[in-house]
Amino acid sequence: MIEVKNIIKSFDGKTILHDVSAKFYSGKTNLIIGQSGSGKTVLMKCIVGLVRPEEGEILYDGRDFMKMTDTQVKKLRHEIGMLFQGSALFDSETVLGNVMFPLMMFSGMSRAEQLERAHFCINRVNLAGAESKYPSEISGGMQKRVAIARAIALNPRYLFCDEPNSGLDPKTSILIDELLHDITQEYDITTIINTHDMNSVLGIGENIVFINKGHREWVGDKQRIFTTTNEALNEFVFATRLFQEVKDYIISQGSEEQN
Amino acid sequence: MILTKSLEQLGKYTLFLKRAFAMPDKWSVFGRRTVLEIMKLGVDSIPLVIVISLFIGAVCTIQMQLNVQSPLMPAYSVGLATRDIVLLEFSNSILCLILAGKVGSNIASEIGTMRVTEQIDALEIMGVNSTNFLVTPKILAFVLFMPVLVIFCIATSFVGGWCVAVFTDLISVSRFIYGIQALFVEWYVWYGLIKSLFFAFIIASVSSYFGYYVKGGALEVGKASTNAVVSSSILILLFDVILTKLLLQ
Repeated sequence: MIEVKNIIKSFDGKTILHDVSAKFYSGKTNLIIGQSGSGKTVLMKCIVGLVRPEEGEILYDGRDFMKMTDTQVKKLRHEIGMLFQGSALFDSETVLGNVMFPLMMFSGMSRAEQLERAHFCINRVNLAGAESKYPSEISGGMQKRVAIARAIALNPRYLFCDEPNSGLDPKTSILIDELLHDITQEYDITTIINTHDMNSVLGIGENIVFINKGHREWVGDKQRIFTTTNEALNEFVFATRLFQEVKDYIISQGSEEQN
Repeated sequence: MILTKSLEQLGKYTLFLKRAFAMPDKWSVFGRRTVLEIMKLGVDSIPLVIVISLFIGAVCTIQMQLNVQSPLMPAYSVGLATRDIVLLEFSNSILCLILAGKVGSNIASEIGTMRVTEQIDALEIMGVNSTNFLVTPKILAFVLFMPVLVIFCIATSFVGGWCVAVFTDLISVSRFIYGIQALFVEWYVWYGLIKSLFFAFIIASVSSYFGYYVKGGALEVGKASTNAVVSSSILILLFDVILTKLLLQ
């Protein structure tokens, strides 16, 4: 489990995160949602240590990240996998090279074992046959899957995904969501996904943290989101007519069942 | 204001170098990357060095011959002057100014692109010291290979001068060869090599620094690349003065 307590972060005197606290559970897909510019990416960067908050605590299974020494941080990083918005694959490496990279650097495995593990991860994301291709030769959806394979190569305990569906078509987005959800449950990982894709929220949102203007406004799951009275969340989630109709339908179904 | 900003940059650059020269995460990977960078930054620069040196050597010889036409000047003066120009300035300072354009922009744009596409963040998240992983092999490779480029440059420049003697009637081959060998000071070769090591370090480290701290997108990568070349060139000229004073006086 990852717990953040009272996180405050400012840039150039402007406070981006105001006293944000939240819990993210292992074996669950935890989503951070919010409008563009709400501070969700900054929150994720604070959690993984790419940005240092001014105040607050970040606990990885009770271990205080803010108080760790460089060596401890480095050790913790081997337990973290991250999927970036633009995939962040190494252009000069093939698909296999990208997945092999963390294994080569930190696993201590023999070359044969590294290859076996890399092929396992590539197969797990259904990319068998694409090993020798370069990132520029594969589609955006495939790049995301390579990035997932690379992120899980070292058997991480914590998986972070920054907008995993951005730039993908709805069908591929669902595939990526399902893959992340399955991997989370299969390996009991604490997965945190940053998104503003409502299909993801309603599809895999087991623990949802809503950030609005730098404040944590709401916490719940995909069922509770339909009955929320939080105005900002309602405006954000049900902004489109389609999702409003879905909400109305689900609420009406619920009242029929009660009658 | 400018002074404060410059000091801030210098401090940031020093911390950047401190991080770059930490122990590598894995020596075998570090070694492999260094060899790769030697090929990319060094070996791939050989054709450019040969072409430039050949022509500059030829031009120097022609200029010397045309400007030193006096009965008071000894016969070997054209070869001697060409040799000393090449050894003292062209094969190190001028060559490095040219390489700052080729290698410096290459390094800054490569690292800058990695920054804006979050590849550097990905390395950091994995626990890799990205500065050490990306920058140190480049610095090491370029510093190690620079003497080879300087020697290539010297040799090709002399070939350029010799071609002038062979294919024109400006100067005889024997006079040129005699001039090249006359009053030879071995220290000049060492002086050039020592200077080139400093310049190679400046080009690789300053360009990496500008690339590493890019913020934004493609436009900023381009700006970083330009800044890298300009800053490297100015520093090369500044250190040229300092090193000349230290090594030749």
